[in-house]
Amino acid sequence: MKGKNSAGFLALIIGIIATPFLVTNDYYLGVLIFAAFNSLACIGLCLLMGYAGQISIGHGAFVAIGAYTSGILTAKLAWSPWLAMLCGILLVIVIAFCLGIPALRLKGHYLAMATLGFASIVHIVVVAAVDLTGGPSGIVNIPRLDLFGYVLNSDRQYFYFSWGVVALGIYIAFNLINSRMGRGLQAIHGSEDAAASLGINITSYKVQVFMLSAVFASVSGSLYAYYVNYIDPGPFDVGHSVLLVTMVAVGGLHNIWGALIGAIFLSLLPEFLSFLSEYLEAFGIEYQPDFDTLIYGSILLIIMLFLPEGIFKGITGSMGSVVSSVKKSLGRTAGREQ
Amino acid sequence: MNHTDGAFVDVLQFLIMGIQRGSIYAMVAMGFNMIYNATGIINFAQGEFVVLGGLMMVTLTMAYNLSIVFAFILTVLFLIIAGILMERLTINPVKQPTVLRLIIITIAVSIIIKGAAMVFWGKGSHYMRHFSGTESLDFYGARILPQTLWIFAILFFVVVAYILFFNYTMTGKCMRACAINRDAARLAGINDRKMVMLSFALSAGIGAIAGIIITPIIQMDYARGAMLGLKGFGAAVLGGLGNSMGAVVAGVLLGILEAMGAGYISSHYMDAIALVILLFVLFIRPSGIFGSSEAMRLKEF
Repeated sequence: MKGKNSAGFLALIIGIIATPFLVTNDYYLGVLIFAAFNSLACIGLCLLMGYAGQISIGHGAFVAIGAYTSGILTAKLAWSPWLAMLCGILLVIVIAFCLGIPALRLKGHYLAMATLGFASIVHIVVVAAVDLTGGPSGIVNIPRLDLFGYVLNSDRQYFYFSWGVVALGIYIAFNLINSRMGRGLQAIHGSEDAAASLGINITSYKVQVFMLSAVFASVSGSLYAYYVNYIDPGPFDVGHSVLLVTMVAVGGLHNIWGALIGAIFLSLLPEFLSFLSEYLEAFGIEYQPDFDTLIYGSILLIIMLFLPEGIFKGITGSMGSVVSSVKKSLGRTAGREQ
Repeated sequence: MNHTDGAFVDVLQFLIMGIQRGSIYAMVAMGFNMIYNATGIINFAQGEFVVLGGLMMVTLTMAYNLSIVFAFILTVLFLIIAGILMERLTINPVKQPTVLRLIIITIAVSIIIKGAAMVFWGKGSHYMRHFSGTESLDFYGARILPQTLWIFAILFFVVVAYILFFNYTMTGKCMRACAINRDAARLAGINDRKMVMLSFALSAGIGAIAGIIITPIIQMDYARGAMLGLKGFGAAVLGGLGNSMGAVVAGVLLGILEAMGAGYISSHYMDAIALVILLFVLFIRPSGIFGSSEAMRLKEF
């Protein structure tokens, strides 16, 4: 990591350390913990969508697989949560490999539909395989996570832990982006044919980043299961996969920070809207949580129509020239290595 | 003897159910194809058109007590306007379209329609009266609802209208010309922007018809769009994307396979059957059973 990104990373660390001192309400801290889970999944998805240029509307399924592997192994077989999380990671690697090889040969709309279909199938199986997943009633008594024999009981502890994992995820993501593979992925995004002619193994790179993004999603699912201690199929429907894509797109497809901001923004939006509703009531407008879906869709549409680069670019509008010069220099280094 | 009779009746019953489901997939797939042919876009809000059509019809017939025919026409008109609005407000203004951006825009529209449907019609499922009675008829031992016969008849009518429109009217021929080569069509004086708008209008209209005829049987709710859209897309791919007659055959085939799977394998996994078929077709033969891989390469957007 260099320059602007390491400054951003430092700001993130300071933000993580400071937040629990500013947000003392347990409920809001809980909301921020959920934001961490979404952020983690979105960072992985951003690597796939923004950097490699491959869409997936199926990452909710990897979150579900991570959560359910953790839930089943810990609650039913009393495994250690860490071992269960590792099993979830291995499982999604295998699944992402088997799915990725045929799916990533597809492009654009076909890939979007294939991953959407995959997400639907996983959701149907989660609901229908009652013996394994508990069906619609789900799995209860999932244990809390422990760190070196010390159980993470309070929300503040879990906040530090989950956001620490997010920071680690961002660190890994930036290392990948600035590696040979990251530059290869961006070349694939630019033009697959050109990348192939330069000797980049397109299929292998795409499948690898698909597997890595699935691992991010799986870990986020496992952390979710250990935090709420109860899982049911409800949060893992196709809508969740769509929501993850929405978060990445709203924040800004081509930037990890954008994905992070999009994930935090949309995770906090329902809270902000319910907060706003109290003021709206004073004007005689009754706001209901049912309107949330409509608001989500409208925000996504408006951003895609008017700010296709996402809100991150909007925020850093003044620094736009810096971003483009960084991109240019990245392009130059990539060119030199070939 | 009785046993074989029972087995025969079962097969017949599943076949009827399958064709009924498949008719809907076929019409959703035709809607996908119209927009795809005109623009190269897969409209992720296609399933939402079906839901909107069904729910609109419920309101007009159940709350306002309009006659079926009048409500039918009003609903289709309403959806045609919705389709035109979608194209004018969300597709037309995009000056530098990329696949990813267009996919996300149509997803955004689908979220908006779904959210609006939830606000206006609530989360419950809605009952709608059948077109002509619920007394099921006997067909060689299998039971068949009059509504099912209506579905078959309307699918037939839609297919005939489709063929007539695209082969024997000037507008239909212009749309086909745009689908084959948009630049050449424009050179020949065809207003391609207008054809794109028309494709959204017709696609929404056909979605409305599918929603109207199936609602008495499945009882529509706001969240059904994604699944209907996915299965309809499955039919469209199976039939060769862009090939609407292929889509009709593939849709009915998909419906039959699904009904047989639900009857003989497991009803819990019924919805997964069509999706597994979709994935297999995409992975093994993305040009579909009737499409040639050459035509597909030309279309790749």
